[in-house]
Amino acid sequence: MAKITLQDLRHSYTDKPTADDDWALKQLDVEWKDGGAYALLGPSGCGKTTLLNIISGLLTPSHGKVLFGEDDVTHLPPDQRHIAQVFQFPVIYDTMTVYDNLAFPLRNRGVDESRVKQRVTEIAEMTELTPMLNRRASGLTADGKQKISLGRGLVREDVNVIMFDEPLTVIDPHLKSQLRSKLKELHQRVNTTMIYVTHDQTEALTFADQVVVMNFGQVVQIGTPEDLFERPQHTFVGNFIGSPGMNILPCDVDGQNVVVGGVKVEVANKGFVKGDTRKQEIGLRPEFIHFGDQGIPVSVERVSDAGRFKIVETRFQNHTIKLLIDDGENVPADNAHLTFTEDRTYVYGDGWLMEGGQAS
Amino acid sequence: MNKTINQKAWFFVLPVIALVAFNAIIPLMTVVNYSVQETFGDNTFFWAGVIWFEDILHSERFHDSLMRQLTFTFTILLIEIPLGVIIALAMPRKGFWVPVCLILMSLPLLIPWNVVGAMWNIFALPDIGMLGRMINSLGIDYNFTRQIGDAWFTLILMDVWHWTSLVVLLAYAGLVSIPDAYYQAAKIDGAGSWAIFRFIQLPKMKRVLTIAVLLRFMDSFNIYTEPFVLTGGGPGNSTTLLSIDLVKIALGQFDLGPAAAMSLIYFLVILLLSWVFYTLMMRDEEQ
Amino acid sequence: MSLELKEVSKQVGGETHIYPTNLVFDSASFNILLGTTGAGKTTLMQIMAGLDKASTGSIFFNGEDVTNIAVQKRNVSMVYQQFINYPNFTVYENIASPLRVANIGEGEIKKRVGDIADLLKLSPMLGRRPSELSGGQQQRIAMARALVKDASLVLLDEPLANLDFKLREELRDELPRLLAERNCVVVYATTEPMEALLFSGHTAAMHEGRVTQFGPSSQVYREPNDLVSARVFSEPPINTTSVLKAGNEIRLSPGISWNVAGELARLKDGPYTFGIRAHHVTIQETGNTPIQVDGTVQITEISGSESVVHFRMNDNNWISQSPGIHPYDVGSTAHFYVDISHGLYFDEHEKTISV
Repeated sequence: MAKITLQDLRHSYTDKPTADDDWALKQLDVEWKDGGAYALLGPSGCGKTTLLNIISGLLTPSHGKVLFGEDDVTHLPPDQRHIAQVFQFPVIYDTMTVYDNLAFPLRNRGVDESRVKQRVTEIAEMTELTPMLNRRASGLTADGKQKISLGRGLVREDVNVIMFDEPLTVIDPHLKSQLRSKLKELHQRVNTTMIYVTHDQTEALTFADQVVVMNFGQVVQIGTPEDLFERPQHTFVGNFIGSPGMNILPCDVDGQNVVVGGVKVEVANKGFVKGDTRKQEIGLRPEFIHFGDQGIPVSVERVSDAGRFKIVETRFQNHTIKLLIDDGENVPADNAHLTFTEDRTYVYGDGWLMEGGQAS
Repeated sequence: MNKTINQKAWFFVLPVIALVAFNAIIPLMTVVNYSVQETFGDNTFFWAGVIWFEDILHSERFHDSLMRQLTFTFTILLIEIPLGVIIALAMPRKGFWVPVCLILMSLPLLIPWNVVGAMWNIFALPDIGMLGRMINSLGIDYNFTRQIGDAWFTLILMDVWHWTSLVVLLAYAGLVSIPDAYYQAAKIDGAGSWAIFRFIQLPKMKRVLTIAVLLRFMDSFNIYTEPFVLTGGGPGNSTTLLSIDLVKIALGQFDLGPAAAMSLIYFLVILLLSWVFYTLMMRDEEQ
Repeated sequence: MSLELKEVSKQVGGETHIYPTNLVFDSASFNILLGTTGAGKTTLMQIMAGLDKASTGSIFFNGEDVTNIAVQKRNVSMVYQQFINYPNFTVYENIASPLRVANIGEGEIKKRVGDIADLLKLSPMLGRRPSELSGGQQQRIAMARALVKDASLVLLDEPLANLDFKLREELRDELPRLLAERNCVVVYATTEPMEALLFSGHTAAMHEGRVTQFGPSSQVYREPNDLVSARVFSEPPINTTSVLKAGNEIRLSPGISWNVAGELARLKDGPYTFGIRAHHVTIQETGNTPIQVDGTVQITEISGSESVVHFRMNDNNWISQSPGIHPYDVGSTAHFYVDISHGLYFDEHEKTISV
């Protein structure tokens, strides 16, 4: 077991990348602690699978280094990296029994049979596969097969990291929380570093202590689930995480004052440099907007009932602003105003959170 | 769960039934008709019962050609199936060379059977054929028209050349359908190339290989044109396979009754062996 | 136009897929079939379309019996869960295809395809082929094709199920607008209660081949007839437990009880089933009448802005849903607050007791 360091990592599938778009993975520096639970989250084509393949050794990066502990493994093949991987579709050895499947990685490494038996029994117990050890693996349901895949990773004692590539894709919806729970519990028990790749925010945020959000081959934020929700570093994160996503409105920044459509707005990140030429916007989540007596004057366009809350779509000049109100709460009939929660309202420049001084 | 019961479907099956009746059932019944009667040609028939069947089953000539047939079929299966799998494994999975290999592999399959026979006949002639001359120039006395061993060697070589491609193409189709994740998982599990072959490639190729074995079995058991053109069944009767013998009896000697009985026995042997193959290879699929 | 099903049922080989069903969908209405996979939604839709025949009963379009009329003559269009388009046609040709079949003039086709493409944001890619586009765009093409021909019945069978989360959110937002101005009956099948609510309209809750309740979506959600309908219309699943009523007290377990008044207090004493949706079981002490319960955490599922905690309480698996991000460790003990004013009570036949 070891910590994982990705140093100045870049990758391109073309031989001589020139344009920005040629890079499937742009500049990445990360350090992951031993025994942590991490997630790579992003829409399809964001570079998360490329990154996963670089860590597992199926791909050699065009630039930069991968370190396990102090060892440079950048050029080592997968079997020498001591990693395990659970794929999107269950990979099992059809002709073998569940027992033989679990024993396979150990037998390939010449572990003696009594030790194999001990480990397999132990792991089968953990993954709840004990009753089916002697059955043919091909006869199991999808969740059983994914447990075998996982078990083959857990059974080895030399594993640095276990990686999951959208592992719940083929699992029935009602079994998903069970399997998520199992994964979480196993992580707490075995304390191996785990990296979970997905496009599903619930899966990423549920599993990981720290989430790496990616878009267009770039890391847009690394943070805890709270960070991503409460202080998105990029408007992409604000929109991608949470439902409905963040409201983004163009604004003018004039020294200490942030003005949206002629109305002054208080924000959490203050103290910008004058003459910043980046495109400036404010971002704030629907959860942090309320109806009030004063503030931004809006007209209510649509109210959608979501059961536990209502999504209210309002119009301010030519911008749409969405907010959430409680089930019992009423929507003002006319002369509606919105107030923004100050310490959750941020100014973004070209999409990135402006790092001014904090709100005083 | 949305199965609809609709009797109209039978209507659509009718043309197929008619077709099968014309090209299989009716000819077969004619053969059955011949096999239980004696005829002297001018459309007069006498009831013969199962005499012809008894004769054939006790005939040494039939036993010999059946043995030759079995030897031939099993030899080519033992060569073509493993060889086909090995070539398929060696073929590239992606890139420029894929279509090139596939076309090269399909070429032998495109040549008409009698042309294959004639080609190999000339190719292997000891005096003017390229193969024949080459072998003789190595100091080996090779003459497939005179020596039994050489005739068999040439026959088998020809069949392997002609038909291994079929096995290659089928096995290749099976191989490329294996998702990358399987190979990646195996690498991560520390499996060597033998283990990858044994536990991933072979199980995933099983269905197509079953089809390959069945096709090659049935085709080689029915083979006529190529050996007939190449050796004519000789030297002596040494390469007279079942089908060649059958034609000799039926058309050469015009013994329609015994020939018909032999056809039916021949047919039943193929059916039985195909069933055995299929059951053996599909044994595990049920579970 | 309107659509009516009278005593429609479907049996296949001795197995009942749809029990006798009566439904009336008004003209220009948005109707949702809500239920889990296997509830019979697709079968029912195929019967409505005429792709499948009902074993019994009849179907009326505008009061006219169409039970035996073939699908081609019913003027319906359908969108499936898989993105089904003609792979060799451009986006334009894909959308135009139903109009070509109907022998509509080239000028008219151009105008209608242009309009619908604008509405569905497909205009910039009309010359491309479906395979070059993303899943969301491919599904938009399929929808455009369904909407371009002014069908009187539009059937959508879980059209968003195969899309990424954010795309689903986007299309979910657009769909009601698209269908709003049309004088057609829309039937939309989904497994997600949230979708049923957001589209407003009417919802038919379905379970194992039966329509258990039909009415305005928000009414079916807030006043389910019985436990089955409540279950169908709850995600996360509704929490249930048996309670004992004695006098005006409802007892959940020793130490956890509350008082009731009115109709509930007048019920005869005995066991009842108490049900409460996950968002009324929170980790914050909110609501009018919170009752505290303790549980062992099994997993905290965190969506972007909410925490869903699965916990065990008195041998029941319960779920709490609260705003904000609150990860609890697996196996830890936590307090939860049940807002019993939103509780539902069911009798021994699992029928809702109206309060």
